[in-house]
Amino acid sequence: MKPFNKILASVVLGIALGAPGAALYAETPPNMLVIANRIDDITTLDPAESFEFAGSDVSRNIYGKLVNFDPMDLNAGYGPDLAESWTVSEDGRTITFKMREGVKFHSGNPVRAEDAAWSLRRAVKLNKTPSFLLTQFGFTADNADDTITFDADANTVSITTDKRYATSFVLNVLTATIGGIIDKETVMAHEVDGDMGNNWLKTNSAGSGAYTLVSWKPNESVTLKANPDFYLGKPAMDRVIVQHVQESSTQRLMLERGDIDVARNLNPEDIAGIMGKDGLAVDSELRGRLMYVSVNQKHPILSKPEVRQAIKYLIDYQGMQDSFLKGQYVIHQNFLPATYLGAVDENPFSLNIEKAKALLAEAGVGPFEIEAGVRDAQERIEIAQTLQNTFAQAGITLKITTGTAKQILSRYRARDLDMYIGAWGPDYPDPHTNAGTFAYNPDNSDEAGATGLLAWRNAWDTGGLTEKVEAAVVEGDRDVRAQMYRDIQAEFREISPFAIMFQKIEQTGRADNVQNLNLGGAITAVSYWPVTK
Amino acid sequence: MALAENNGGGRRTSPPLIRALWKAARTVGSVLITMLGLMFVTFLIGRVMPVDPVLAVVGERASKDVYDAAYQAMGLDKPIIVQFGYYLWDVLHGNFGMSLLNARPVSEDIKRVFPATMELATLGTFFGVVIGVPLGVVAAVRRGSWVDQLARVVGLVGYSMPIFWLGLVGLLIFYGILGWVSGPGRLDIFYQDIVEPRTGMILLDSALAGEWQVFRNAFSHIILPASILGYYSMAYISRMTRSFMLEQLTAEYITTARVKGLPERVVIWRHAFGNIKVQLITVIALSYANLLEGAVLTETIFSWPGIGQYITTALLSADMAAVLGGTVVVGLIFVLLNIFSDLLYKFFDPRAK
Repeated sequence: MKPFNKILASVVLGIALGAPGAALYAETPPNMLVIANRIDDITTLDPAESFEFAGSDVSRNIYGKLVNFDPMDLNAGYGPDLAESWTVSEDGRTITFKMREGVKFHSGNPVRAEDAAWSLRRAVKLNKTPSFLLTQFGFTADNADDTITFDADANTVSITTDKRYATSFVLNVLTATIGGIIDKETVMAHEVDGDMGNNWLKTNSAGSGAYTLVSWKPNESVTLKANPDFYLGKPAMDRVIVQHVQESSTQRLMLERGDIDVARNLNPEDIAGIMGKDGLAVDSELRGRLMYVSVNQKHPILSKPEVRQAIKYLIDYQGMQDSFLKGQYVIHQNFLPATYLGAVDENPFSLNIEKAKALLAEAGVGPFEIEAGVRDAQERIEIAQTLQNTFAQAGITLKITTGTAKQILSRYRARDLDMYIGAWGPDYPDPHTNAGTFAYNPDNSDEAGATGLLAWRNAWDTGGLTEKVEAAVVEGDRDVRAQMYRDIQAEFREISPFAIMFQKIEQTGRADNVQNLNLGGAITAVSYWPVTK
Repeated sequence: MALAENNGGGRRTSPPLIRALWKAARTVGSVLITMLGLMFVTFLIGRVMPVDPVLAVVGERASKDVYDAAYQAMGLDKPIIVQFGYYLWDVLHGNFGMSLLNARPVSEDIKRVFPATMELATLGTFFGVVIGVPLGVVAAVRRGSWVDQLARVVGLVGYSMPIFWLGLVGLLIFYGILGWVSGPGRLDIFYQDIVEPRTGMILLDSALAGEWQVFRNAFSHIILPASILGYYSMAYISRMTRSFMLEQLTAEYITTARVKGLPERVVIWRHAFGNIKVQLITVIALSYANLLEGAVLTETIFSWPGIGQYITTALLSADMAAVLGGTVVVGLIFVLLNIFSDLLYKFFDPRAK
């Protein structure tokens, strides 16, 4: 048949047969997990570079780490993974990990101490965005080979930090995506111009975890295949497919039709819509993301202590939680998310216009106008509008500027906004992750350019909390350390220019035959390997 | 003398050829200038946009030295005109650069997303033409009748209804409730990666490979978004056809044809319709080009990984290499469709010959 005739025939035949071709499957196969999620934030899958939510979800299932969380018992904290045990030196600076024997990478290569050391060194040397997680321990491109070492005979890896840190701090950091152990032989075979395989690993995988990457089609899908040799046993789901579906209502329709097993971005209306439906279930998990408001301390009025305090009384926490944030956020006024070491559940502030007015009068401040920057996401704009309303009652005019995340963040990082309304998610499951950004700012000058620190972005010198944060991060005793964070937070609540408002609850719709799906709570990412159907 | 003879001989045989060559050169020249202008303007807009492309790459938590390294690596420390020069040089070598966001060559991305849009737009335009043209003709011939009223209402709804609403309702009814069509995406997951992509258009690829199950599945996915896009182009095409036809039907030559006793069918389809073909081609070409640009909302609702969604996502993330690449392709399509409709003009319009 000529190609043209072939095409013509196909069109005619297709139209004749097309319509009944729909809905051949009422549900997904029993050995396959299909998830709808927004995955347009994935920019790379290299663990040394990946730093986004959807990317962490993929990475957690592909790469083993020295220490890791058990998805079935997150409260237990970190435990052995590719390292079966570890010891800490007398001076507390060196941790030596004994590697688990007999574990293999997806390529079939054995997981060696050399691979572990090389992976961590590589992350330091590549100096990509998440590298600060490791460099905060004093590792640099120059000293990495000396401070991160391995003993092939003993099958051990040692890391030596620049000073003594709480062991829990170091190990918690190693559970982050950047701690993923990579197959050196496979990756180095794809090295180009000394990039240590970075370009190749952006779109490929070389791990030892429960799943291996089949494909990542940007803005379309991620497909994972089970690793039959996974050291904890072959996962029940042979394939996991994460499909990019932007719209909540579309995700809901697909879930109701049985085309997907899990819908991860349902809005409150769609959650309410599927609640109680046959064959479907809704899970709620507390995540680490915090919603907060902060005010720039370069502003002559906003830098007055009474004004900072007044702002915390001008927020209708309860009203927002009970209306448009219902089921999505819960009131939380401290910088450590619930479930973190040292977390507290004291929420002393509530809407109190009179008190706020009194505080403003005390500061000698009349009516004034400020600009608030907010991302063009629905819930954030609604928060901004609620604030606009309550602030107006105390004589503060809020001029809301909306923009894309990148636009607003550019200005926030340049210390250019009077007020910022936004969210912050922890980078690793240790209290220092948030303490080290909200309450830590060693150099408040413009020249310091510490754009990664929230305290710096708001030009706040932390009023002495910086030193307390530094002390807490090296405290060896777990209980003492926890108490130090509680004290820091108590002070922070009163003096900081941050009004922390809410902690995120993630609601997920799923087919009720999907069991053991753990999204990672506030401390890690999703785990697919325990899932059964 | 010899020179004069040669010249004279040349004048006798070559003017039509030279004219044709001159015309072709002019067309190519105007295409090149248009494309150059388009690229420069897009490039400039990308550079003056209040979005930081470095931040898009390194993320909001990057330290200053990571940021600075990326800034230099992206060549942003050089003057804009130099940056544009480098870009142009790369494009001339078929290199649209790397997407900042997914670290793949932009040309590869476009190869992936454009066929998806093309497939959707072609089928949408096909529906629009097949229904819109006859509807417009009948509405004009039976002016004021119920058919005309119906065409008017259908057209009005097509013009005024927001496409995302229509898309969502369509999904709810035909996919959610009735289950007649498949849901969002181009294929069910079970059929993905079965057919080797040759053109990137799944209907075509599966037909060429003889994978009829895949074809049926792809068809059941595309039918709803294509119908919705088709509805919009149908609304436009039918209104335009109607007004073109009305203009012809009141002309004297039609009265003459009727007086001569020609069958109504011949009067309408051969005489009147024959004369609106040229105008109609422009309308259809423009409508097709619009759809090829990518229907962002339709693509979003139906999780259709097309060029509209691609450019929009890239724009919002300050991925300028991707935006430029996409814009150049869309611009080229517009120009080519214009040239194509000009050629068809010449084919159908005896005066242009």
